[in-house]
Amino acid sequence: MLAEITVGLLRSRGFVVKHRAELGGSDVLFSALGHGDLDVYPEYTGTLRAELLSELGLESDSELEEALAVRGIGMTRPLGFNNTYAIGIKESQAERLGLRRITDLARHPKLRLRFSHEFMARADGWPALKAAYGLPQEDVRGMEHALVYAAMEAGQLDVTELYSTDAEIQSHDLRVLEDDLGFFPRYEAIVLYRMELARLPGLVTALKRLEGALDEEAMVALNVRARIDREAPQKIARTWLETKMGIQGQPQVQTSELPKWILEHLFLVTLSLGLAILFSVPLGILAARYAPIRAPLLGLIGILQTIPSLALLVFMIPLLGLGAKPALAALFLYSLLPIVRNTCLGLIVIPRTLRESAEVLALRPRTRLLRVDLPMASPSILAGIKIAAVWNVGTATLGALIGAGGLGQPIWTGLRLGDTSLILQGAVPAALLALLAQGFFDLLERWIVPEGLRLDRKEP
Amino acid sequence: MLELRQVTKRYDGIFVLDGIDLGFAESQCTVLLGPSGCGKTTLLRLLVGLTWPDEGEVLVRGQSLSPDGLREHRLGLGLVLQEGGLFPHLSARDNLALLPRDLGWPRERIQARIEELAALVSLQGDAMDRHPGRLSGGQVQRVALMRALILDPPLLLFDEPLAALDPMIRFELQEDLARIFAELGKTVVLVTHDLAEAGFFADQIVLMKQGRIVQKGPLTDLLEHPADAFVTAFVRAQRSAILGLEGEGRS
Repeated sequence: MLAEITVGLLRSRGFVVKHRAELGGSDVLFSALGHGDLDVYPEYTGTLRAELLSELGLESDSELEEALAVRGIGMTRPLGFNNTYAIGIKESQAERLGLRRITDLARHPKLRLRFSHEFMARADGWPALKAAYGLPQEDVRGMEHALVYAAMEAGQLDVTELYSTDAEIQSHDLRVLEDDLGFFPRYEAIVLYRMELARLPGLVTALKRLEGALDEEAMVALNVRARIDREAPQKIARTWLETKMGIQGQPQVQTSELPKWILEHLFLVTLSLGLAILFSVPLGILAARYAPIRAPLLGLIGILQTIPSLALLVFMIPLLGLGAKPALAALFLYSLLPIVRNTCLGLIVIPRTLRESAEVLALRPRTRLLRVDLPMASPSILAGIKIAAVWNVGTATLGALIGAGGLGQPIWTGLRLGDTSLILQGAVPAALLALLAQGFFDLLERWIVPEGLRLDRKEP
Repeated sequence: MLELRQVTKRYDGIFVLDGIDLGFAESQCTVLLGPSGCGKTTLLRLLVGLTWPDEGEVLVRGQSLSPDGLREHRLGLGLVLQEGGLFPHLSARDNLALLPRDLGWPRERIQARIEELAALVSLQGDAMDRHPGRLSGGQVQRVALMRALILDPPLLLFDEPLAALDPMIRFELQEDLARIFAELGKTVVLVTHDLAEAGFFADQIVLMKQGRIVQKGPLTDLLEHPADAFVTAFVRAQRSAILGLEGEGRS
């Protein structure tokens, strides 16, 4: 919402703005801002103090401003609302158990607590909260924040963390427990921008118009319209800018972005897979030919595979920035293992009599590789490529989180807005694409794999 | 043309070949005979450079065989394995054309050579355009023989070429092989465990046991003058099969 408002405001001042939605997590955004891959994004003072710059122990806003300035980053004054963490529970259950304050939770050790993965891991999240209030609960797990409210309605969990401007507090009839020890810091919304942009006349002035313009009540109202009334965030932002700021936005023609997402997705998958094939097949041949390097090579590539996809994507940002490049690199690395392995395997399972037949025949090495070894290994190599392709179609949906676009875009937006139809707009084409990839390689197999190797399959 | 001199080969310290001295006479058929594990296949592998002696040497026309001269040596020989060793992904014709194409023969020459060999090994019909998986066992061995002969090498080697075949097909192919050997006058080395087969083909039989040569000579020598009790026992075990052959071996 803040992004849509900021974008609308800047565009009304004649700036050309590229809006990258769905970039994942404060650490991704802050590091991208520091590297100049982003120019502007909204952040919370609490996150900066307690997480991103926690090692500095910043107290006042002026200290924070100074620390940011050293990094070439400017900040606005607070926009007006404090979106701090809060602890919530269903009103009816709170009433039954007599829960008013967070302190009261200590008397109910059997409660099931579910927090976002970020809250579970943050220095100022669950570990600190547990210590501060001496909370005894053991059934505590992480889950996607966007799914929490539905799961709560279904009785799957009792207590979760909220943001104090969440629309759901109202719509799901939740009680916010009083932070009686004053544990949570203030999370004042501000806008961060790269200092270099101050040179653009009017830009910082435009951003400063947001200072103090959005109080908590206003923010909750906007969130209710988005999450509960299912209005498009762009439209909400536009009417807010019109009524509160007197800014006439250009109503954007809503065209379906599906073709764009599909093209972006295909671009990510085909290019990364193509590069992976170019590298993997020769690597697989080397691994098959030189036994001493086989285990280390396959081991190394296997380790790449065990890095969680999102983590690998985040590692790529400092090296390659935001956008398609880091996503391509990560997908490329993931595709190596199945193709290298299957190429190596396909070559080493060629029966000994045939290998020796080829050797005694005294073919030149190149002829032997191209006319004998690779054709005989082709079913295995192709199977490896097929696995990599199907994995890639799935993993590429994470690319949206680092600005690579693709079918992950509607999936993540849908998850954030609780909009199932939007999720399906990404998930269904992604599933179809995976099936299509499978079918494509099945066809390719008929064309590439020599007829003589398919005989046993035709005859029972 | 081919000679082993004091060849010793060990696997894990156990002698597979133990001081073998053996010459292969030109245009003659030498059969390496013996029970499994006697070292006959290892001996054949030494002759084609798939393994190397621990001691002693393999002489080709008086020259010691080395990795440097291996390609030239291999281009001068043809090898036929028990199951043919044809590549399953290529048609019979492509299997045959693989090597001449690699050597840059023009298409017409390859075609003519294949026609010529097909007539020689009596292979008819559309067998040439089928993949090995669609050929009978006998046809596979005939194509494998054609592949071995494609460059017209002076030396042919066979590792149990008939062992995997039905009796009828086996009989036919055996007759054809003998005819072809006689017709072409190649130097032939054939490995088998079958006394009858050995007697049928051999100018000279080399009977082996545990890495050593026990007796060498024509079949009649083995039958009439066995060198020791092992030869007697080996012959007795397979004697019934060769009763009909006795006296008409190609000695």
